[in-house]
Amino acid sequence: MRIKAITLRILQQFIHDKRTMALMFLAPLLVLSLMSLVFNGKTYVPKFGVSGQATILSATLEKHDAEVMAYTTMELGQTALKESKIDALITMNGTAMQVELEGSNPTANRAVMLVLGQSSQNLLSSEKQVQPEISYLYGSADMKTIDRFGPIMIGVFVFFFVFLIAGVSFLRERTTGTLERLLSTPLKRWEIVLGYVCGFGIFTVLQALLISWYSIQVLGIIMTGSFGYVMLMTLLLSMAALTLGTLLSAFAANELQMIQFIPLIIVPQIFLSGLFPLDTLPLWLQRVGLATPLYYGAEALMNIMIRGKGWSAIALDVYVLIGFSLLFMLLNVWALRKHRKM
Amino acid sequence: MNPGNPVISIRNVGRAFGNKQVLENISLEVEQAETFGILGPSGSGKTTLVKLLTGIDETTSGEVFVLGVKMPKLAMLQQIGYMAQSDALYTELSAKENLEFFAALYGLKGEQRSRRIKAVMELVNLEEHLRKRVDQYSGGMKRRLSLAIALLHEPPVLILDEPTVGIDPVLRLSIWKELKALNRKGTTIVLTTHVMDEAEKCDRLAMIRDGKLLAVDTPTGLLQATSTDSIEEAFLYYGGVRS
Repeated sequence: MRIKAITLRILQQFIHDKRTMALMFLAPLLVLSLMSLVFNGKTYVPKFGVSGQATILSATLEKHDAEVMAYTTMELGQTALKESKIDALITMNGTAMQVELEGSNPTANRAVMLVLGQSSQNLLSSEKQVQPEISYLYGSADMKTIDRFGPIMIGVFVFFFVFLIAGVSFLRERTTGTLERLLSTPLKRWEIVLGYVCGFGIFTVLQALLISWYSIQVLGIIMTGSFGYVMLMTLLLSMAALTLGTLLSAFAANELQMIQFIPLIIVPQIFLSGLFPLDTLPLWLQRVGLATPLYYGAEALMNIMIRGKGWSAIALDVYVLIGFSLLFMLLNVWALRKHRKM
Repeated sequence: MNPGNPVISIRNVGRAFGNKQVLENISLEVEQAETFGILGPSGSGKTTLVKLLTGIDETTSGEVFVLGVKMPKLAMLQQIGYMAQSDALYTELSAKENLEFFAALYGLKGEQRSRRIKAVMELVNLEEHLRKRVDQYSGGMKRRLSLAIALLHEPPVLILDEPTVGIDPVLRLSIWKELKALNRKGTTIVLTTHVMDEAEKCDRLAMIRDGKLLAVDTPTGLLQATSTDSIEEAFLYYGGVRS
């Protein structure tokens, strides 16, 4: 009854506050669309400059999808390199080939080295080599970067926006005095926490549905598993974000201090979520990752969407996320003791 | 009034926050159906005392009883109507939505809920603004809505923390009329104030300063005991400031 009253009130507040509702629903779509455009999977095409005798390499380089500019003198080529018009300059010193890279962009460097490697292989062995047969266990040859980032970013945005909005809402109960007013009614502390979970829960279900649908159907992010599981994971992630946000709001004096939790709580989680390979990190930092909710959500979402795995692969992640949410809720009930002991 | 059976009994109460002693050894009793005023300058500990009465806060020493039950006790909160110093309203919601929310927290439902909402809004003269959003309310209107919410569940004990701040004299008069009417129906009212002419309307007054109880008496009793002409002078007398 009282939980229902809080749930209803949160829904009413949302309906009256169109802007916050838009932030929760539309902002993640906007950012995901932008990411999809940035990581659209087109590979970088390196620009080579050739001068002198090296011009004979032009055809071979172009065969490997590189752009080639021919310069009559080496000096002209070097000027072009200095002005970043080309990524690498190839010159011939007698029979020795010299390659100078512009060098300031790692992506361009790698692309240059890749083309060079392929080309030299081509030059050295004229006879037909035995081509290995290549197949993919998960994903495919045309899998793009966004397909890898997508599942994680769905988790990240759900977590980020729910954390912030739920945290600030709960904080405002305290700063506007309504929390004290609530605590002067026969409302139990756990009823407040549960009311918040239910009220925001309804919105996060809608949010999870919209974000998952948009990413898969509109942005075309790789999706080989069950949509139901994607929904379940995004929902569990938002529950963890909601309970963590409301808990941490107890340690913020105002909205600005709540924002200060973003670089402390949200950003490290993103870096440790598996967005970048964790194996290269120091062991202790990998362990820290194991203590963050986002890690489990991202792992499960990748297993579902990229690898098409089912319940047995995500069961542990599900239990861990439920555990996190319950822990945060209990801690929040305890933190409210600061305002009323009973 | 029913002497000997106090509605509120405060016994040797002290409250400290860390090293700072906010209330010191306060003892007083509030009888049924009286309006009991707590008078003191800001920072004197009025709000702290009120929070002990409402069960939001706990004493460091001594005991507080409301209707014979030792506080804090969750079940007793149903018997208390509380109006905080800050308006504590959900400004993005309409007055009606605020009232419905708090009514639900106090367990009012259906026909009884709408009847009570109508009754309290008439009482504070806001029935025309029921569907207006609270962020469109003026300061005085918000104060009245807070009072209306405190009265929703017809509590036998009403605790008001500076109830008439920001309310114009005409409306203040009508609110006092209603408070007196509630008294006649048996409701016990405890209110804090630092407005002297308002203090004179209380049946009895407690004067506190720096967390200490200076005196408890009827307004006229206080004037006689201090041989002064106004509550303000009496207050200064007890505070050790002689004019």
